[in-house]
Amino acid sequence: MLTDEVGQGGTTASGPGNNAGHRGGASQNLVQLITPQGERVSHPEYDPWVRDISDEQLGSLYEDMVVIRRIDTEATALQRQGELALWPPLLGQEASQIGSARTLREDDFVFSSYRDNGVAYCRGVDLTDIVRVWRGNASSGWDPYTVNMAVPQIIIGAQTLHATGYAMGIQNDGADSVAFTYFGDGATSEGDVNEAMVFAASFQAPVVFFCQNNHWAISEPVRLQSHVHIADRPAGFGIPSMRVDGNDVLAVMAATRVALDRARRGGGPTFIEAVTYRMGPHTTADDPTRYRDANELEDWAAKDPIRRVKALLDRKGLLTEEFEAAVQRKADAVAREMRAGCTGMPDPEPLDIFKHVYSTPNSWLDRQQDHYSRYLASFGAPTGAESEEGGYSSYVASSGDPEDADSEEGAR
Amino acid sequence: MTATMIKEFRLPDLGEGLTESEIVSWKVNVGDTVSLNQIIAEVETAKAVVELPSPFAGVVTALHEQPGTVVEVGKPIVSFEVEGDAGAQAAAGGAAEAPAAKREPNLVGYGAVVETTGRPARRPRNFAASPPVETAEARPAETDAPLVEPVEIKPAETRPLETKPAATVAGERPRSTPPVRKLAKDLGVDLEHVTGSGPGGLITRDDVRNFVGGGDLPAAAQELAGEAARTPEPVPSAQASEREVRTPIKGVRKFTAAAMVSSAFTAPHVTEFLTVDVTPAMELLARLKASKAFAGLKLTPLTLVAKAALIALRRNPTLNSRWDEANQEIVQFNYVNLGIAAATPRGLTVPNIKDADRMTLAELSTALTGLTETARAGKTSPAELSGGTISITNIGVFGIDAGTPILNPGEAAILAMGAVRKMPWEYQDQIALRQVMTLSLSFDHRLVDGEQGSRFLADVGALLADPGMALAMV
Repeated sequence: MLTDEVGQGGTTASGPGNNAGHRGGASQNLVQLITPQGERVSHPEYDPWVRDISDEQLGSLYEDMVVIRRIDTEATALQRQGELALWPPLLGQEASQIGSARTLREDDFVFSSYRDNGVAYCRGVDLTDIVRVWRGNASSGWDPYTVNMAVPQIIIGAQTLHATGYAMGIQNDGADSVAFTYFGDGATSEGDVNEAMVFAASFQAPVVFFCQNNHWAISEPVRLQSHVHIADRPAGFGIPSMRVDGNDVLAVMAATRVALDRARRGGGPTFIEAVTYRMGPHTTADDPTRYRDANELEDWAAKDPIRRVKALLDRKGLLTEEFEAAVQRKADAVAREMRAGCTGMPDPEPLDIFKHVYSTPNSWLDRQQDHYSRYLASFGAPTGAESEEGGYSSYVASSGDPEDADSEEGAR
Repeated sequence: MTATMIKEFRLPDLGEGLTESEIVSWKVNVGDTVSLNQIIAEVETAKAVVELPSPFAGVVTALHEQPGTVVEVGKPIVSFEVEGDAGAQAAAGGAAEAPAAKREPNLVGYGAVVETTGRPARRPRNFAASPPVETAEARPAETDAPLVEPVEIKPAETRPLETKPAATVAGERPRSTPPVRKLAKDLGVDLEHVTGSGPGGLITRDDVRNFVGGGDLPAAAQELAGEAARTPEPVPSAQASEREVRTPIKGVRKFTAAAMVSSAFTAPHVTEFLTVDVTPAMELLARLKASKAFAGLKLTPLTLVAKAALIALRRNPTLNSRWDEANQEIVQFNYVNLGIAAATPRGLTVPNIKDADRMTLAELSTALTGLTETARAGKTSPAELSGGTISITNIGVFGIDAGTPILNPGEAAILAMGAVRKMPWEYQDQIALRQVMTLSLSFDHRLVDGEQGSRFLADVGALLADPGMALAMV
């Protein structure tokens, strides 16, 4: 298939965001429907895609953004309190995550990165499961098939390949679901993402590449990675793209609908660059003041995604005290539930690690497990509480060796 | 129930694998009532300064560590009196209250508890023009209209491409492998002096062994190798008098030694190198010398380097600052007292030109001439020696290319200019004989980060490679 055909009406692809024909790096305009001051501005191409959004729905988008910001600050606090080993804050990216995730259908499948915890919230992932891995209690937090969202990928950009593969599966099934993958600006420099785009374009797979350009790949500014807008890169793959204000929940939603619609109708992949900003550190183990200009942070604080929706609601006269209080109650309740789930999480037993290697019995692994359980047993009987709950009491309790009492501490 | 209990907050691992942190300050006092997540302290780890939110709501009963103390991870730092049955207190300590609905560990591969009715069902793709309208993704009917969007073809925007790589950054270590580096270290060989025979100049084991053992290497390399391998022989003191001259350490030498030791061991030095095609600067120098405005003045490459550094400092003021250890402050100078390292009969001195940043090129030239003449005559006054804010050392006059200068104590940076050499160099995509100079910049890494140091050095280099850049920088 010729590149020209994609996005220029050669296929059923249509509508806004048809920029595959752009060549020579001509920059696309940033799509914005709500200004940073909270003014609703019209856009002839994108307005129709969000015309159905009612005041109540706008309010609920606002609530979701407030809630995920609360989840984020609570998780950051939990890390500082020693309850989580690490947390990658999403502060500033609420509109990108809510605007896109709220637009997905239940049968679409999400392949995300580690910062997309707001997306996980929208997919219905249990609050405790969101922090399970970050507490170090499990290798993965949830069963992907219960919520149609894969567990977050830590390897940068690898999830785009998984999404493309899944999308090709959807094609084979003849379904109209979409694989939706989240990644960052840094990931676009990875081979995986580029390979995924080649395959997605070649097979016209129903996959949406959703890039949250938060301007920083850890300490690497986006301008060092790409001399053109990120959204100008997909044209080289024959993938139509859109560049939207990632701090504008409506613009993100409109663009996501355009992309989903194209994919559902067999029009192939779409790339969305949501231009946003990582207001916090890369993770709780990072100090952005070492590499980032404070002025830049200030500039982006003025474009806050939540504040602008709040201002819009206020303009519409929807920002009542009761509404605000209800949103706050919801956010606090979610934070409370997550904290309780996190701190009340039972620690995994040492032998649990063997449960999650193979799905069927494996003699090598059985032997290793046997060795390890006998090693554990050499430290003496565990305390009553542990053996009660663990389910491995038979391994450990059988050889309580009182002479080994000294080394008990070392085992814990 | 309002029974109270004492809870300790132990210092957590705030980064990934940190073992200790320093308490910077407490934001609460003993007796204060704090709420959950209220900031109680500021703590500095090896990675960042972070705020600690309180894991409890309650009353602070003890602060176990003073600000400034480095605390091991896991040690109690603050105690709280909390109410025994507060729901949100489940946090630290492990005496955790079970969450509302206790969940089984839910892990992939072993059939997690399915809580929904099952996997969301896929639906067949609908190719019809108007897909079913969903509540979740209500699609407006209007959007069916524009099936083909006219795409405006714009002329390709021409981006100015960087055509002239005027400068190259030196300083990459010689290519070798870790075992070879280990071998070189064990044998006391500096790989900088070894010529690699492997692919792409890779230094091999044999190269290192040949270097030490002589082999068939160039004479200069052999000499260096000899030096590296030789261990000084203990000399009997009786013979010493004939073969050594002993001079008391005093005066400028003593002062220089103290200053260098203090500087080298208090300021973490970083040195960066930049080799620049300075032909345009040398051409400018020739034109200026010929012009009437500079008649009678002594213009040298040093004059231009000094001017370039002063211009670059305006854009990179961090290099013109001072670490005030006693007051725990960073002093940013809004003036430049430019030190010039001068070799005098009495030894090294670094007199400085006061307010050099306000001088025109002619004034700077006059000041530089005066300064060096006074220094050589040994008449430099103490006032001229103190109060410098940044220095330049001209090692080029000795025919040297680069070095790792040690900071004049109290200053954040020192720039060494190398000799101007005619060298084959890339010029307009061809090899040409160009006048090339290496700049070496050392800076105090407490004050100056690699970025700022690099930007400054790149600016100086850019100005010498193309003096017209001054128009863009001033």
